[in-house]
Amino acid sequence: MAIEIKAPTYPESVQEGTLATWHKQAGDQVSRDDLIVDIETDKVVLEVVAPASGTITEVLKVEGDIVLSNEVLARIEETSSVESVQPPAASAKIESDAEIGGVLVNPSAKKLADERDIDLALVKGTGKGGRITKEDVVNYAPPPVITAGAEENVQEAVEVMIQSGERVERRVAMTRMRSRISERLMSVTQSTAMLTTFNEVDMSTMMGLRKQYQDEFTKIHNGTRLGFMGMFVKAAVEALKRFPLVNASIDGTDIVYHGFQDIGVAVSTDRGLVVPVLRNAENMSIATVENAISDYAGKARDGKLTIDEMTGGTFTITNGGVYGSLLSTPILNPPQSAILGMHKIQQRPVAIEGQVVVRPMMNLALSYDHRLIDGKDAVRFLVAIKELVEDPAKILLEI
Amino acid sequence: MSNHFDVVVIGSGPAGYVAAIRAAQLGLKTACIEKWKNTDGKGVNGGTCLNVGCIPSKALLDSSQKFHETAKDLSVHGISVDSVDIDISAMLERKNKIINQLTGGIAGLFKANGVTALYGTGKLLSGKKVELTDNEGSVSLIDAQNVILASGSLPISIPVAPVDNDLILDSTGALELEEVPKRLGIIGAGVIGLELGSVWARLGSEVILLEALDDFLAIMDKAIAKESKKIFSKQGLDIRLGARVTGTKINGREVEVTYKTSGGEELSQTFDKLIVCVGRRPYTDGLLAPGCGVDVDERGSVFVNEFCATNVPGVYAVGDLVRGPMLAHKGSEEGVMVAERIAGHKAQMNYDIVPNVIYTHPEVASVGLTEEQVKAGGEPYNVGVFPFSASGRAMAANDTDGLVKIIANADTDRILGCHIVGPSAADLTQQVAIAMEFGSSAEDLGMTVFGHPTLSEAVHEAALAVNGSAIHIANRKRRS
Repeated sequence: MAIEIKAPTYPESVQEGTLATWHKQAGDQVSRDDLIVDIETDKVVLEVVAPASGTITEVLKVEGDIVLSNEVLARIEETSSVESVQPPAASAKIESDAEIGGVLVNPSAKKLADERDIDLALVKGTGKGGRITKEDVVNYAPPPVITAGAEENVQEAVEVMIQSGERVERRVAMTRMRSRISERLMSVTQSTAMLTTFNEVDMSTMMGLRKQYQDEFTKIHNGTRLGFMGMFVKAAVEALKRFPLVNASIDGTDIVYHGFQDIGVAVSTDRGLVVPVLRNAENMSIATVENAISDYAGKARDGKLTIDEMTGGTFTITNGGVYGSLLSTPILNPPQSAILGMHKIQQRPVAIEGQVVVRPMMNLALSYDHRLIDGKDAVRFLVAIKELVEDPAKILLEI
Repeated sequence: MSNHFDVVVIGSGPAGYVAAIRAAQLGLKTACIEKWKNTDGKGVNGGTCLNVGCIPSKALLDSSQKFHETAKDLSVHGISVDSVDIDISAMLERKNKIINQLTGGIAGLFKANGVTALYGTGKLLSGKKVELTDNEGSVSLIDAQNVILASGSLPISIPVAPVDNDLILDSTGALELEEVPKRLGIIGAGVIGLELGSVWARLGSEVILLEALDDFLAIMDKAIAKESKKIFSKQGLDIRLGARVTGTKINGREVEVTYKTSGGEELSQTFDKLIVCVGRRPYTDGLLAPGCGVDVDERGSVFVNEFCATNVPGVYAVGDLVRGPMLAHKGSEEGVMVAERIAGHKAQMNYDIVPNVIYTHPEVASVGLTEEQVKAGGEPYNVGVFPFSASGRAMAANDTDGLVKIIANADTDRILGCHIVGPSAADLTQQVAIAMEFGSSAEDLGMTVFGHPTLSEAVHEAALAVNGSAIHIANRKRRS
């Protein structure tokens, strides 16, 4: 029976994708859940797997083609018997040793392979009698999935090492993700009246809190470490409650006030900046925020953030400080109206009550859309964040 | 007697007799020479292990433990005991009976497998010839296709405390004491010292152990060594570290021992009996004729490769005679490996997974790498610990001292080592040793169903604790 291999249903925010890489060709035998093709969208690379086992009879798109939501990409002629190399694992027993093609597999190895979508037939077993151990699965490195972007980055880096005296130019097409980022930022600059207001915050209280309670926090919250982001998100949420305009967005000629705070936290990855969103951050405890950020960072690095995780957001926090930035003007994340930029903490002499003291200071930047938010509100909002960070008791007491 | 054999084994301790039986099973014409004579002058098999080592010490450990439990540990159960006595000679009699049963058993196994049992001293000459001097003194020459040297080891003697087996004893003498010494001194707080000390302390001796090293049980995992020392000290064993014995003096029926502490102090202590157990050395006296071609290293061990082959083709050496831990089971498995290799099998031995046990109560056992060894090796690791105080089964048995510690590689989760002090530590460690043989990860043990309530569950929980998912104890780190 002929089965169609289709592109997945894209979420609303994604119009189209590009066919990035074919992993199989016409005539190939595939098993159910084998990786067939990669589709690159603005934000993520989507993997399309075989819905059934069989032979690929037709391939309808080539690499580089535009692919729409649910578009048919190829066809499979299903095979009735399971002739494939990898028989479905452990049909009878659930957690005991599965036999994959005659090779025994330790239970934790099978579990990990299932979780990571690793084909055990490709894993070399080093255990007794050729058994596949968890170690074998951990150390298994699949053949690299080359997306256009990754390949380019590598090539670009290599190209720089040109002998002096040669004036060489290399023309490389932008990855889809890069073009999209480029478009959005141009549109933001052109369609918003973006300005930035600055302030500085004395981090000593927050650092003191962290030092004092780190051990207890980590113990009670199962190993989650107390960072600054958790407390900044808390301060931001509190400030957004007091200045709902900062949490709003413009839609045509309407102002949409969002009754929730979805805080985006900017994470830098190899492919570019992504902003996963903490939904309903107003309901999250500091530990929950820290955990979520940590998870997102991991997923972002592994390229495993889903589109849903990156959609929406009513306010964004970005931290250039980790790279050493002392001061910057963050760009808005449309359609949001404001973005908070954190920077590097620097020990600086400051004047407090007529005395010069050295304090750990961080500059804060708030870029805002002046079409919606006036200078006064932007400044007061940022001052509110400053005061809440400098004296966290104010968050607790809602003052 | 035929003078030609496929395999001649010199020594019938756990390494030798096992090698002989296995060789015979594989169809090789085998002879096994033994020089040990029992107190009746009769040649007996079994070597140190059966006659004056593993078996008799375990028999005395169990007898003394029963005495101690009956005298001290039954009231918590609501059992009252007026007075408890022990008849030392009956205790020794039981031990001797067990020895006889087992040594006789080996003779029986030899017969059943067709191994020619020879009694006398064997000496390796050149050209794979073995010279046998029997117990009557007659000498004969045996031609061997293959020779397996398995003459074992002897207690190391130190000049400052010469053994007379009257007041100053070695481990053999310590198993024959006819009455409980009031004050017992032990030089060397290693495995043997701790076991012998335990036996007599339980029966009422005031025991002081003098250990020259600054660290207690230096080769064991430090956390386990520390916990063990706490437990043994609580039991009344006075363990003095950094105490190097400088001399002994016999005064009538007492022994005065002088020793130097690591701080430089000179101290002395008087005992009614003194046991010297500072280690054992390979026994090559009279074994190798000059020119036989076999090399002996600087420690006196016969030099062998990883298959226990000496540099003379066809001559092998196993057990305490060669490198590696002086453990009966290590010797036995080497014996099996050699017999199989002689028969043409590609046998080999996994030296990384050899359990070792101290049969005190609670037992101390370990297999694999210690945390210190893992750290020195540089690989990232996780540790899971579960104390027996949290085990329902241990509580019911009123035996809650100790803990299970499992170490696994942090990236691959492969189990690297297991160290236990506690009830049935030897048997519990064996479970982990089996898992390690199959390349198991800590998670594999965690995914195995363990019966409840068992002591084994402590192993299960420690394995779960490695990755922060122990149920019956608060985890130290975040679950992954």
